[in-house]
Amino acid sequence: MTVSDNTALFEFLLRQGDNALVLGHRTSEWCGVGPVLEEDIALANTALDLIGQTQLWLALAGEVEDKGRDANDLAYFRDPYDFRNLLMLELPNEDYGRTIMRQFLFDAFQVPWLTALQESNDKRVGDIAAKSLKEAMYHLERSAETVIALGDGTDESNSKMQQALEFLWPYAGEVFADDENDVSVASKGIAPLPSSIHDVWNSTINRTFSEACLKRPESQFAHSGGREGFRHTEHLGHMLATMQTLQRSHPGATW
Amino acid sequence: MGMHVQPDQIWQWLENVPDPEIPVISVVDLGVVRDVNTAGDEVEIVITPTYSGCPAMRVIALDIETELAKRGVENLRLTTSINPPWTTDWLSEKGKARLEEFGIAPPRPAGGPERCPLCKSSNVERISQFGSTPCKAQWRCKECLEPFDYFKCI
Repeated sequence: MTVSDNTALFEFLLRQGDNALVLGHRTSEWCGVGPVLEEDIALANTALDLIGQTQLWLALAGEVEDKGRDANDLAYFRDPYDFRNLLMLELPNEDYGRTIMRQFLFDAFQVPWLTALQESNDKRVGDIAAKSLKEAMYHLERSAETVIALGDGTDESNSKMQQALEFLWPYAGEVFADDENDVSVASKGIAPLPSSIHDVWNSTINRTFSEACLKRPESQFAHSGGREGFRHTEHLGHMLATMQTLQRSHPGATW
Repeated sequence: MGMHVQPDQIWQWLENVPDPEIPVISVVDLGVVRDVNTAGDEVEIVITPTYSGCPAMRVIALDIETELAKRGVENLRLTTSINPPWTTDWLSEKGKARLEEFGIAPPRPAGGPERCPLCKSSNVERISQFGSTPCKAQWRCKECLEPFDYFKCI
């Protein structure tokens, strides 16, 4: 493989790992403060699955980069602009409704995406996708059910879910905007173009919103910058400050 | 000192290594030990995680090392594999029976427990899709009213 091949694959792996890491960390912020005990436990377990997936993706990223960085180095010693996660995932949790809506919008992408990645030409990518897919399917089942239960609940829960959807909507489309790196890994058969997942995602969310009595916003606008790392929101740095403080203050600390 | 043991013997020893979170079943019954190879005095054991973030994996690896060291295995190599991904189909029948005796309903492809592990009633309902560990969900029996763990089916 040439250097440029590895660079595109490395970027691709960072995007997968950073999505799981940033959403995993955000979700873990609910641990101990969930609205009811069962939800607290469910959110903590979802976060745990995502952090597990992060370890797989970032370990492979470090191996591909071949500069001696492991998953921990990549998670704890990179700055905000080195992160390649979707902007939607770094936004503060705000409330339970927004947390669940974001999880649903992400899961609805992740399930068909990981399904397709199982067929990757790179067996290491296919293996991680197959492992993560089982967990993602379980997450989607729960997040879709919860969106429906709250959307089709009381006037108050419906209005909170509608507000959450409208807030998140301008961020939801970022994942589908193919860029040079996507084209590069697609041409090598490592991954499909993200835009090829759009139809399945649309049909999942339309069906769910209809059952949930929620109105899908019409705007086509999508923020961008997270997955390329050229423009993160102000929130990522604050999140990383909390997440990375121990390793940055005491490099190499272990249990 | 070179020690030559057969894979069958290693598998038997591993039956003594309990799952750290569900100690009534062994790591073999749980299906996390995927392969045992021996070459000369070297022993290779391949393990696979149940869930990708399962925190018990480190303890499982340590427990396997400890058990085999006790048996005199000095040259052990533990490798982790995620392909094929772990499935509840790999839980042994013995393991499933022990789970139920312990109060955890075993996994079923139908997606929910067959019956309450305590009073055996089939009148059960789900409380939450998640439970005390990544591999379990919370259910409740509507006859005896006791909550119980259900081993998630994946």
